[in-house]
Amino acid sequence: MHRNPSRPMSPHLTIWKWGPHMAVSILHRITGVGLATLGAAALVWWLAAAASGSDAYETFVGWATWEWSLIIWVGLTWAFFQHLLSGLRHFVLDLGAGYELKTNKFWATMTMVGSVLLTAGTWAYIVFGRMAA
Amino acid sequence: MRMETPLGRVRGLGSARSGAHHWWLERLTSVSTLVLFVWFIVSLVRLPGLSYGTVTEWLAAPLTAVPMALLVVSTFWHLKLGLIVCLEDYVHEDGAKLFWVTVINFLAILGAALALFSIFKIAFTGSAA
Repeated sequence: MHRNPSRPMSPHLTIWKWGPHMAVSILHRITGVGLATLGAAALVWWLAAAASGSDAYETFVGWATWEWSLIIWVGLTWAFFQHLLSGLRHFVLDLGAGYELKTNKFWATMTMVGSVLLTAGTWAYIVFGRMAA
Repeated sequence: MRMETPLGRVRGLGSARSGAHHWWLERLTSVSTLVLFVWFIVSLVRLPGLSYGTVTEWLAAPLTAVPMALLVVSTFWHLKLGLIVCLEDYVHEDGAKLFWVTVINFLAILGAALALFSIFKIAFTGSAA
């Protein structure tokens, strides 16, 4: 598509007051792209390593248990829950519900609160589950 | 040269009946991906560990291999549609758009093929180390 630069553009992102609905919208995309690239690559690597034999699998485990890669695992967990919850929010919006200002703001905020709580809960389960075992 | 706008050319022809297809598949694959990923994560957390032997033995079972294969198809289909939606919103130059749509399609199919082959190899050849 070719835009004629001499014609004005409609008001864009920069002129609107920032709100939770905008944050959730862009977070849905960022987390989606993150899961689709890093997450998908990790999944394929894990499966291909398991199919290639124990040496390849140990190489994968070596990288996956490297202390700095914890950032990636926690990040992917958060991205998964954020994308899941904002995706569920999209289903509600698809039905034509949840557009009233207060309702919209409330549930937009709740997807972000929920994703942080679920990420914390998942990692608490992993860490304390391992300690208990 | 026809002095006609693109809208004028298609007006009155009715809908192509495919406008909502991409949107619908994105929703359909989001539901299947959600269900399969809940199964996947619960299964992983419940495994006694993620060692080579445990994982390959788990993946070799029919009731693991089949949902895993479905998860791969559903996830890669969904991520391909999603990445293309993002791309189309931010890349407006026709040549660049065509190039990146091609790259996303190829990489998504490559990733899905690698994952599926790996699952089936483990499932069909057993988990002997």
